[in-house]
Amino acid sequence: MVVGIAIVRVRNLLAVTMLTGIYSLLVAILFVLLDAVDVALTEAAVGAGLLVILMLATISLTTRKEKVHATRQSIMALVVVSVTGAALIYATLDMPRFGDPEAPAHVHLSPRFTQESPTEIGIPNMVTSVLATYRGIDTLGEAVVIYAAAVGVLLVLGTGTVRRRRNRKDEDGPEAGEKS
Amino acid sequence: MELLGLYNYWVVVVLMMIGFYIVIAQGNLIKKLVGLNIFQTSVFVFFISLAYLEGGTAPIALEGVSEYSNPLPHVLILTAIVVGVALTAMGLALVVRIQETYGTIEEDEIHQQEDLH
Repeated sequence: MVVGIAIVRVRNLLAVTMLTGIYSLLVAILFVLLDAVDVALTEAAVGAGLLVILMLATISLTTRKEKVHATRQSIMALVVVSVTGAALIYATLDMPRFGDPEAPAHVHLSPRFTQESPTEIGIPNMVTSVLATYRGIDTLGEAVVIYAAAVGVLLVLGTGTVRRRRNRKDEDGPEAGEKS
Repeated sequence: MELLGLYNYWVVVVLMMIGFYIVIAQGNLIKKLVGLNIFQTSVFVFFISLAYLEGGTAPIALEGVSEYSNPLPHVLILTAIVVGVALTAMGLALVVRIQETYGTIEEDEIHQQEDLH
């Protein structure tokens, strides 16, 4: 939470990137404490590793400093955020208690997965067996999304040679000069 | 005492609002993506905290343990983390292109340039 507030204030984008990495690691630790070891591994690898590298690459291609803005708009934003937050906190009053064994999330599918999947699938890690079998279609969808994102990034950025050739061809187009 | 048992949701709400604030109040596009990321993470924490079971262990089968956390939200969040990073990568690629086209990644400067054209 403190790191999140720091991210709001810090204007040096490099520092923001570092804070994002720290934030991801803290969230990963939180996931371990909440018994979600697989999720914590993924968050640490992807959030603290891959995301930081991606952001560093972007910053090196763009700019490192953020410009200062007028505060007029941010007061309005603060009001909107406070109202939304208050509404959400009001909504949580109806939620089940933290760690409650009688919560709806624990009574329907969870016993089925935790009791039957080790014998049905033969893998002790239930997260893996659910991911690969019961929810296999989801994982396929995830792979499709990653593929689409990779194709999208390649289309948006292009390869260096293609872009340089295009820049040379249409000189009168919008200025697409390479900053790198 | 009843109310104190809900603190996990309040942490989630505060994190989510920090992310929301960054997205709407900050003009820098990279900063906005970071805010979106915090927002996403708050949703992840929400799901994982729903899956938590008091007295349970991580969902890996062990002899003599009968109480596990719910594995289903873990699976969903594993997928969501990877999808979120794919989206962020796409957004950062767009930021790079915006920088090349407009020479800036500040929202209001882009608006100014649009008005001039």
